Amino acid sequence: MTLELQKPRPIWQIMFSTHHTDVGLLYLISSLTFLFLGGSLALGIRAELFLPGSQIITDAMTFNRIFTVHGTTLIFLFIIPFASAVGNYYVPIMVRYKDMAYPKLNAIAFWMIPPAGVLIWLGFADFTWYATPPYSIISAPGPAADMWIFGLKILGVSSVLGALNFIVTILKCKHPDMSIGQVPLLAWSFLSSSLIILVAIPTFAAALLMLLTDRLGASGFFNPAMGGDPISYAHLFWFTFHPEVYVLVIPAIGMMYEIIPRFSRKPIYSYNSGIFAFVLLSIVGFSSWAHHMYATGMSFTEKTVFMVGTLAAVPASAMHVFNFVATMWNARIKFSTPMMWSVGGIALFFSAGAGGVVNSAMPLDFTTHDTYWVVGHFHLFVMGTIAFGSIGFLYYMFPYVTGRMYNEALGKIHFTLSFIGTVLVFFTQHILGLYGMPRRIYDYPPIPEWIAMNQITTIGAMIIGISMAIFLANMIHSAGKGKIADTDDPFGLGGKYYYPFEAKNPSH
Amino acid sequence: MGGHSNWPEWIYVAVVIALMAWVGAEAWEAERLVEHIPEDAETIIVTGQQWFWTFEHEDGTKEIGELHVEVGKAYKFEIVSTDVNHSFNIHDYVVLLDAIPGRVNTVWFAPDAPGVHDIQCREYCGLIHYNMRGTLYVEEPSH
Repeated sequence: MTLELQKPRPIWQIMFSTHHTDVGLLYLISSLTFLFLGGSLALGIRAELFLPGSQIITDAMTFNRIFTVHGTTLIFLFIIPFASAVGNYYVPIMVRYKDMAYPKLNAIAFWMIPPAGVLIWLGFADFTWYATPPYSIISAPGPAADMWIFGLKILGVSSVLGALNFIVTILKCKHPDMSIGQVPLLAWSFLSSSLIILVAIPTFAAALLMLLTDRLGASGFFNPAMGGDPISYAHLFWFTFHPEVYVLVIPAIGMMYEIIPRFSRKPIYSYNSGIFAFVLLSIVGFSSWAHHMYATGMSFTEKTVFMVGTLAAVPASAMHVFNFVATMWNARIKFSTPMMWSVGGIALFFSAGAGGVVNSAMPLDFTTHDTYWVVGHFHLFVMGTIAFGSIGFLYYMFPYVTGRMYNEALGKIHFTLSFIGTVLVFFTQHILGLYGMPRRIYDYPPIPEWIAMNQITTIGAMIIGISMAIFLANMIHSAGKGKIADTDDPFGLGGKYYYPFEAKNPSH
Repeated sequence: MGGHSNWPEWIYVAVVIALMAWVGAEAWEAERLVEHIPEDAETIIVTGQQWFWTFEHEDGTKEIGELHVEVGKAYKFEIVSTDVNHSFNIHDYVVLLDAIPGRVNTVWFAPDAPGVHDIQCREYCGLIHYNMRGTLYVEEPSH
């Protein structure tokens, strides 16, 4: 791995570079910037909901804009670009190639992200990350809505280009001595998620275009007043974005596959079952999209089909959990910061999955749908699993990227506070949902249980906020002044044996 | 990889599949019962619009923001919307269904005790979504 930050270079050399580690660094910095921007919006939402009535946000429209941009930012500008950062650093090394297959395309895919981010943030749309018609057509204020549509359009193209690049790099550029059955699981995770992107994203790209022409009044695809059907948008949207859940989660699982065997000082329990579960998940993931739509008035048969499709994805996810636990079984585990994040992430992944089974069971979904239960449920995935996996991996790659070591004690404090905060926020939100509090509301009636649980949630969110401030300070300080890392064995696991990809690639 | 036997994983996967099959079967059976609308159910037309609920009883009486029903009767809600998507929700009775312009969605319930319950909108519908609320009054039959 190249030590970019150890060899000072003018910033434009990194910005205009097409080398995979430079593009990876750009992805890393921009995704972390958006993590902190999007996270601050979450703190604003939580501060507002601490008590009924208006707290810090003066009107409902501003609140609606804030949660819309919060979701859009963290999904499209943090999670996906962060995975691309890791993929850029690791995939070429893991398949033993000098760079990504198409370096210029790689840089272009990255440089589409900042303008898209600017469009989304300057527009500050209010129609939720789901942009449901007919609200998004007849009611959502422009130009914010249109800027959001263009921003998402650009991000869609960017992720398709990135996916193409990963697929070609892994399948066509891997070292001839290496069969596809020897490619590490992290690279397999990028192969699976990239294939999902290629199939899933074009559907939403089409829906966005139709949404835009509907807004312009030129068409009426989703506008009932012009003979269109809003439900068809919901199908197109979820056909993309249910599989997209797996696009988000699979690379994070891949990162755990990199960390857990290392820090358990054991080979992975079953490499083949990891691959099998990735491939299975990326196929079965396409059979469950309309479980988001039980309450739209679907027929009993439709609901049954999508419930079965959803439950069918559970064994594949469960296989990953089994694989991790079996790997850690009887191992000499070293609980360094990256390992703590991965293990915490698995625990929360399991909790999130268990809650998901409840949602998929048709009668129970009518209790949880569009309440805070759902907010808690998917945040256990995006925060508890994906962000935990990603942040753990960031600690793991930190010595390789910067050549310096982060502060281990601060890393552990960061994890501990984040874990406590995540449990406080998102477990409580599940219960709050069972008490009936809807999502996406600026204010709520003074029901004592709602107030108490909102306060617990807000306190939890502030704990996460504090932990993230510690994280930021640790990263910035250690990148410049941390102690020099032993890049052969930065975590003191005992010898080069545990870094096979480093050992095979002395020139990197 | 490696030569070790994988039977613990197969047993585990079989257990997970069995659990999911059980959840699916129970859910299927429960939903089938819940969706069966009694034939004597009275129809109430529920209209969602930004940002209030209107109720029209079979006898033509209309109510805005309030709904009065009687204990022991079954009611069938026909849910419509005049503008954007809403979601009609009486959480205490697990009544939830979207109000979508251009469609009529049907759900039923039978209140079993007198009381006052919240009605709310559970699908984002814009500025005052948070306060698109109503009240359900379940009353003793008047005879």
